Amino acid sequence: MHTKPKKYSVFSLIKNALSYHENWQPAWRSPDPKKEYDAIIVGGGGHGLTTAYYLAKNHGLTNIAVIEKGWIGGGNTGRNTTIIRSNYLWDQSAALYEHALKLWEGMSQELNYNVMFSQRGVMNVAHTLHDVRELKRRWHANRLNDIDCEWLNTAQVKEFCPIINTSPHIRYPVLGATLQRRAGTARHDAVAWGYARGADAMGVDIIQNCEVTNINISNGHVSGIETSKGTINSKKIGIVAAGHSSVIGSMVGIRLPLESRPLQALVSEPVKPIIDTVVMSNTIHAYVSQSDKGELVIGAGTDGYTSYSQRGGFNIVEDTISAVVELFPLFSRMKMLRHWGGIVDICPDASPIVSKTHINGLYFNCGWGTGGFKATPGSGWVFAHTIANDEPHELNAPFTINRFSSGELVDEHGAAAVAH
Amino acid sequence: MFLINCPYCGEREQVEFSCGGEAHIERPKNPSDLTDDQWADYLFMRKNIKGVQFERWNHINGCRRWFNVARNTATDEILKVYNIGESAPSISGNNPTTPSGEPVIGSGNLSSSFEKK
Repeated sequence: MHTKPKKYSVFSLIKNALSYHENWQPAWRSPDPKKEYDAIIVGGGGHGLTTAYYLAKNHGLTNIAVIEKGWIGGGNTGRNTTIIRSNYLWDQSAALYEHALKLWEGMSQELNYNVMFSQRGVMNVAHTLHDVRELKRRWHANRLNDIDCEWLNTAQVKEFCPIINTSPHIRYPVLGATLQRRAGTARHDAVAWGYARGADAMGVDIIQNCEVTNINISNGHVSGIETSKGTINSKKIGIVAAGHSSVIGSMVGIRLPLESRPLQALVSEPVKPIIDTVVMSNTIHAYVSQSDKGELVIGAGTDGYTSYSQRGGFNIVEDTISAVVELFPLFSRMKMLRHWGGIVDICPDASPIVSKTHINGLYFNCGWGTGGFKATPGSGWVFAHTIANDEPHELNAPFTINRFSSGELVDEHGAAAVAH
Repeated sequence: MFLINCPYCGEREQVEFSCGGEAHIERPKNPSDLTDDQWADYLFMRKNIKGVQFERWNHINGCRRWFNVARNTATDEILKVYNIGESAPSISGNNPTTPSGEPVIGSGNLSSSFEKK
C-alpha cells in the first residue's frame, strides 16, 4: 500500500535523531512492474525522473513507470560536473536552458529536498582575441534574451577569482571573461533522489534493475516494452536513455544522428574552500569548481571515437590537467582522488532532440551530449508536455528530429561554453 | 585508451590516430533525386552500435593513411584492421548478450548490477 512520504523538516530531523536515524522511511518504493501503464519512461536518470514528475504534476498522469537498467541516477546524472548555466548563444537554446535555470531556483523548496543548488556564478574565460569576440557576442546575445551576463576584464577576473593566474606571460593569458552570476552548481545525486521521491509520492512506479530488451509496435503505434522483468504494456513510451538512445532506437528501426562517446571527469582530494565559483575555458578546455566536500571537480573533454565502455583515454585527462594547472598553478601539487567516464550522446549540432517520432506514442529525449545536467528540470518539463499532449511544448518545438531534414539546426558547437 | 595496429606502421597508441566515424557509408549515386529525409539519413544518421562496429581511422600523427577497423564499442577491443575499399568482415565478437547490457569482460562499467560476475 502506498503511504504518503513524510515531509522533511528540522522537526523530522530531531525526531529521527532521537531514534538514532533508524526509522527514516525509504524515499521511494521499489514496486514490481504492473501489467500496464498510461505512460512508460525508459531511463531513470535526471531527465527521465523529471519527465515522470512533471507528467504527474503538470498533466495529471500518475499511472506511469520509470524503467531503469541499473539504479536511478547511476548513469550520467551521477557522473557530470554539476554545472548549471543558461548563457547559450542561440534564442532557441537560451529559452530552453533559461526555463530550466528558473526551475532550479525553486527546486529545493518544491521538492522538499535539498539539492544544494548554489548560485556561485560561472565564469567563461577568454584567452585569445577570437575568444574575446565570441564571448562578447554571446554576452550581448544573452542580454537581448534577458539572461544575466556580464563582461569582466582581466583585472575584474582576478578580483572575482583571486587564485586565477592572470600573468600576461602564460601560453594562453586571461584576456577577460563572461560571468553569469545566477549560474552555479547543484548536488547531482540529490536531484535524482529528490525527483524520484517527488514522483513516487504522486504514484509513479520507479523500477530499477530492469533492462528494456525490445519495444512492441502494432499498426504503427507502440503497445509496450519487453524487459528483463517481463512485458509491460503502454500506449505512450518516452525514451530518455542518453548514451544508449541509438541502441533503443535500433529496436524499432529509428535511426538517430547520435554518436555515443566517453566524457571524463575527475575530483581531487578534499581541501579547504579555495575557489568559490565555476571557471570554464573553451580554448584550453578545462572547467573547475569546488564541491561542498572540498574536492576540486574537474571536467575533461570527450574522446574522439564512439564507445560505450564508460572510460576514456588518459591523454584527455592529461590535457585537461595541464590546462587547469596553467590557470591555477597552486593546484599543481594536488592529488587526484577519483576519475571516471560517462557515455554522452552527441548530436551533430550539439543540441538535444526532444521529439515525437514517426511511430505513434513513441517519443525520444536524447542528444543532450556533454551538457544535459543543467537542463534536467526543463528537459523533463517540455518532454512531459510532449508526451501528454502528443505535441511539443513551444520551448522544444525547434528541437525535433525533423530539423536534420529541414536544415533548421540549432548549432551550438563552440557557441556553448565548452566545445567537445 | 587502446592500441591500434596501423597496417602501414604497426601498433601505436590510439592518441596518434583520428577516428573518421562509421565506415561503409556510400555517397548517394544520384544526389539530385534524393529527398530531404534521404539526405538527412546520409549526412547525419549513424548506427552508433553497442558491440562490433566498423569504422574508419586515420593515422593522423603517423603515416596519415586511412584504413578500416572492426572494434567492439562495448569493450574497445579491436577485432580486425582491414583496407579501405574492402567490404566489412563478418565478425560477431564479444557482443553484449542483451541490447544495453554489459559484456562479461572488458567493460568499464562493472558497477552495473546487470550481468555482474
